[in-house]
Amino acid sequence: MKICVLIKQVASEDSSLILNDDKVSFNTSSINFVSNEPDTYALEEALQIKEKFDAEVTVCTLGPESSRQVLKDALAKGADNGIYISDEGIDTSSPLNIAKVLTSALKDNNFDLILSGLQSNDTGFSQIGLLVAEYLNTSHASLVMGTELINDCKDIKVKLELENGWFQWSELTLPASLTIQSGINSPRYATLKGIMSVKNKEVKEFNKDNISVDYNSSYAVVEKFVPQKSKETETIDGSPDEIVEKIIDVMKNKLRLVQ
Amino acid sequence: MKFLVFIQSHESKIHNNSLESLSAAQKLASNHNAEVHAVTFDKTVAENISQYDLSSTIYINNQELNSYNPIYYLKCIEILNSSINPDLIIFGHTYETRDWVPRLSARFECPFISDCTNIDSTDQMTFIRPIYQAKLNEKIKLNGKGIISFQAGSFSKDNLKQGNCTIDEQSLDMSNLELSINPGERFKESADGVDLSTAEVIVSIGRGISKEENIPLAKELAEKLNAQIGASRPVVDAGWLDHSFQIGSSGQVVSPKLYLAVGISGAIQHLVGMKGSKNIMAINKDPNAPIFEISDYAVVGDIFEILPKLIEEL
Repeated sequence: MKICVLIKQVASEDSSLILNDDKVSFNTSSINFVSNEPDTYALEEALQIKEKFDAEVTVCTLGPESSRQVLKDALAKGADNGIYISDEGIDTSSPLNIAKVLTSALKDNNFDLILSGLQSNDTGFSQIGLLVAEYLNTSHASLVMGTELINDCKDIKVKLELENGWFQWSELTLPASLTIQSGINSPRYATLKGIMSVKNKEVKEFNKDNISVDYNSSYAVVEKFVPQKSKETETIDGSPDEIVEKIIDVMKNKLRLVQ
Repeated sequence: MKFLVFIQSHESKIHNNSLESLSAAQKLASNHNAEVHAVTFDKTVAENISQYDLSSTIYINNQELNSYNPIYYLKCIEILNSSINPDLIIFGHTYETRDWVPRLSARFECPFISDCTNIDSTDQMTFIRPIYQAKLNEKIKLNGKGIISFQAGSFSKDNLKQGNCTIDEQSLDMSNLELSINPGERFKESADGVDLSTAEVIVSIGRGISKEENIPLAKELAEKLNAQIGASRPVVDAGWLDHSFQIGSSGQVVSPKLYLAVGISGAIQHLVGMKGSKNIMAINKDPNAPIFEISDYAVVGDIFEILPKLIEEL
């Protein structure tokens, strides 16, 4: 069984996002890059499947030089090999084009399972896993909360999260692309032995010269901006005593919740 | 121009988000002088929808579409796309939409701008959507055919224009499809979950509570305020509270008189579930936490210093 995990490097939650003059790109010097958290659940799920079955786990990322780190982290946790696609000269402006590039690098590997987080914490489109499923003509499931390989690993049973607390089991024929919901498992930490093993693991390289893609150009990010507030907000700050006094005042006199 | 709006329903009940998107489509159509066609797989829903100001309601009468299976849904819209050739296909950004609509984007070779919250006022083919957990917005311009989904609450179904339109009933040939996806029955894990939709006051706990041992602190505050307890996703994922307490797109949608967010940073999935609250007070030590953007009262401070004192004073 061959499993591929798609991992993206994104800005950490506490990074300050400073736009350049083009209003589209960021000043990357103020950004701390990390593996996209939802993708770490996808990796953990792949590693758990590997522990139960005879599986090879490949991790794949597309991004700048810095994103090699997400591959190193995943290899240290137990992935077997990696695929690095440099984004230099590559059009990553839309999910459609990103999926085309990924497909071009993945298509000859015949993966049985492709796992990714349900969305990235930067652009948040939640599309890549599904787009790749369409391009590679696999089955798919999204918001996956549990997996169970069945029928001698020819099919997979997945637990899906629906809205308003509903769930559903669905049976998919492999190959399949699954987008993994957070909370499905507890992602592991790398061991020292794992970290030492990274240098012996193979990472295949792709770049604009060996990726052939027919880009879609009917889409352009025009501008990024800080949203205008729709509400007037009263800030309550000060020492803890002052804060508590002000909160009680609001609750008593404005909201009339307490006597 | 032609717009096609997909109306999602379950057991003849229309998803709210679909009606909101229909409202968005009407607004967009009035600026483009465009036709708006709605498509549904349910007869009762078709009759319902035909009371709005639309060019037509398309009712696809196929038993394969009675319950959700992405394979059939995709095929159906693929057939309609070739017969109607709409410039825009519009959806509510529901969980179901996330599960099948991206594939349409690849199949039709047209971009899917998902989770939009608005249409740009100066260029009507430019859409606005949140990025970086709603810390920023981006504007995306479409130069051709596209698929759009609108986030819950972005447009109001109260603005839907009434009218009268014909119902165009069709049956499609969907035989010979390879069923590589077979969804089973839907179920709930906690049958008698907590209903927070009628709560007057909710004390909602976020990741900032740090560990399970601190949950009683928030519970004590809730008791003093005669409030119900709610939580954001990380707290239920960690197992500190049952899934039924979760507020947000995968949990409950609430609108209490006071929503007191304790250590919640305000990921967009959470905001969707509580932004309709009459009053929102958030306590967070990060002055830039996105939850403050929609708060009436932004309390900047450490919950572990504030909560014990507040409980004592109440």
